[in-house]
Amino acid sequence: MNETTSAATKRAPNARRQFLLDAARMACGVGLCGLALGLYARRATALPPAAIRPPGALPEEAFSAACIRCGLCVRDCPYDILLLAKPEEPMATGTPYFVARQAPCEMCEDIPCVKACPTGALDHGLTDITKAKMGLAVLVDQETCLNFLGLRCDICYRVCPVLDKAITLEPQANPRTGRHTLFIPVVHSAHCTGCGKCEKACPTEIAAIKVFPLYMAKGRLSAHYRLGWVEKEKAGGSLVAPDPEHQYNLPEDMRYELGGKGLYRAPPAEPAPSGPAEATGGLPKALKGDRL
Amino acid sequence: MSAANKPVGAEAIASKGWFAAHRWLILRRCAQAAILALFLCGPWLGLWIVKGNLNYSYTLGVLPLTDPYLVVQMLVAGQWPTQLGWIGAAIVLAFYLVVGGRSYCSWVCPLNVVTDAAAWLRRRLDIKGGAHLSRATRYGMLAMTLIVAAVSGTIAWEMINPVSLLHRGLIFGMGFGWAVILAIFLFDLFVMRHGWCGHLCPVGAFYGLLGRFAQLRITLPARENCNDCMDCFAVCPEQQVIRPALKSIDGAPPVILDAQCTNCGRCIDVCSKRVFAFGGRNVAARSGMPPRQESTLPG
Repeated sequence: MNETTSAATKRAPNARRQFLLDAARMACGVGLCGLALGLYARRATALPPAAIRPPGALPEEAFSAACIRCGLCVRDCPYDILLLAKPEEPMATGTPYFVARQAPCEMCEDIPCVKACPTGALDHGLTDITKAKMGLAVLVDQETCLNFLGLRCDICYRVCPVLDKAITLEPQANPRTGRHTLFIPVVHSAHCTGCGKCEKACPTEIAAIKVFPLYMAKGRLSAHYRLGWVEKEKAGGSLVAPDPEHQYNLPEDMRYELGGKGLYRAPPAEPAPSGPAEATGGLPKALKGDRL
Repeated sequence: MSAANKPVGAEAIASKGWFAAHRWLILRRCAQAAILALFLCGPWLGLWIVKGNLNYSYTLGVLPLTDPYLVVQMLVAGQWPTQLGWIGAAIVLAFYLVVGGRSYCSWVCPLNVVTDAAAWLRRRLDIKGGAHLSRATRYGMLAMTLIVAAVSGTIAWEMINPVSLLHRGLIFGMGFGWAVILAIFLFDLFVMRHGWCGHLCPVGAFYGLLGRFAQLRITLPARENCNDCMDCFAVCPEQQVIRPALKSIDGAPPVILDAQCTNCGRCIDVCSKRVFAFGGRNVAARSGMPPRQESTLPG
């Protein structure tokens, strides 16, 4: 009798001890798994530079919480450009992306990929595809861009679906030849949708213009920055001392018009004392002549 | 009685014939194959009946089906599905509340074929022992996936979830996902019997919770015929669910009420005494014998 009671009292704490040990073991094991998963998840929330999300995709953090990884956007893309990330790829497994250099977004007007999304990871508020911000084209390599080399390649400019808005060609003097114009492709972030057509079409072996996810392509001014000229316009006048008119110290027959045609030669009021070649002799070559 | 000298289900095959002794297994494999085929005939044949995968699918442009476990993870991570997503989740929830949550595991989940194969091979090779884990670990895993989702603000579990990895992989391309599936197979084969589906998988744990009120259950209309051959225990992926109903532990009615029963029906197949049958939870409980009558049985 005495033995059995002592055995019973002995077993109870042992059972409790075993239970606590089992629970602790499970908590530790599962906790370790959770830690590993959490770290892995954190690493994969930054999108690799070549992967562009479909139109209307939420910012990456929200996207990885909202995307259900069903692949409906992939299925409803009429051009089959979208892929689902495989486990070995450095982004959230099963989420959709496209690689612009392989197949850019064709910017369907009805945006079927967004319509297919059951979770709003692709924002259903996006109804105008030209308002999409999948990424931003960046002319990453001026040394290999053919237009920068002085050729009239212009392909990125021509293939851009937001023609002459997202990419413009800005004329610049070609200092190498001294007599030609460089047509510099300039991307305007207000209009670029990040479709990637320019990157796809760039004829160099490795594209000189590339589309990057917005977080990579865009900088941001510090919040306290104010642009003086913008503030001045808002206030309708100078915010500090009254603006003195700027005095330009120029050669005799040159004028400068602020915000207008810039530096120009004044129409000759009276015949120059000597020949015209001599009169402009001190000027750099690029400024000679009426046109660039 | 010993499983070592007689293959599991041999008695059933002898008494009922091979087909009757594999009926539910064959039906189950057909269901799994048919569901996968529905998803695959789009990308393979261009015949779009079902788009998507098990996380979310859209059938014939009318029927949305959403995995409610994913909706929960999404909500915890701070996002909100669209109306179609909600409707799909409601349909799936209603369906599994009726047929038993873990029916998903045995009738739909593609990973079930892999882990069943591992369990079968383990029986054939007579591999015993291995690691021990509580079957409640899966609830820990379930909680862990939700906590990680909340803390990281992403559906983190979906990055490695082998269930969707396999299903999505088969439809959209597998990549190195095969390595994960192979790891699960080897884990189940060498490390732990029914290790993944029976102890760890949080998807199964979630659907098990759904099955707590399921109407469709395995009933035991003839439990008095049990001859303790142990074949049902040998094949059952959740063997702990059988004993209370079979042996009327604490007066349990002749119906398997444990939510972790996957309704796979293998016990019905392998029982030569026709102890088990599919039935309704309440029907079986009402028509069952008064519970105390069986308490004299050994065990």
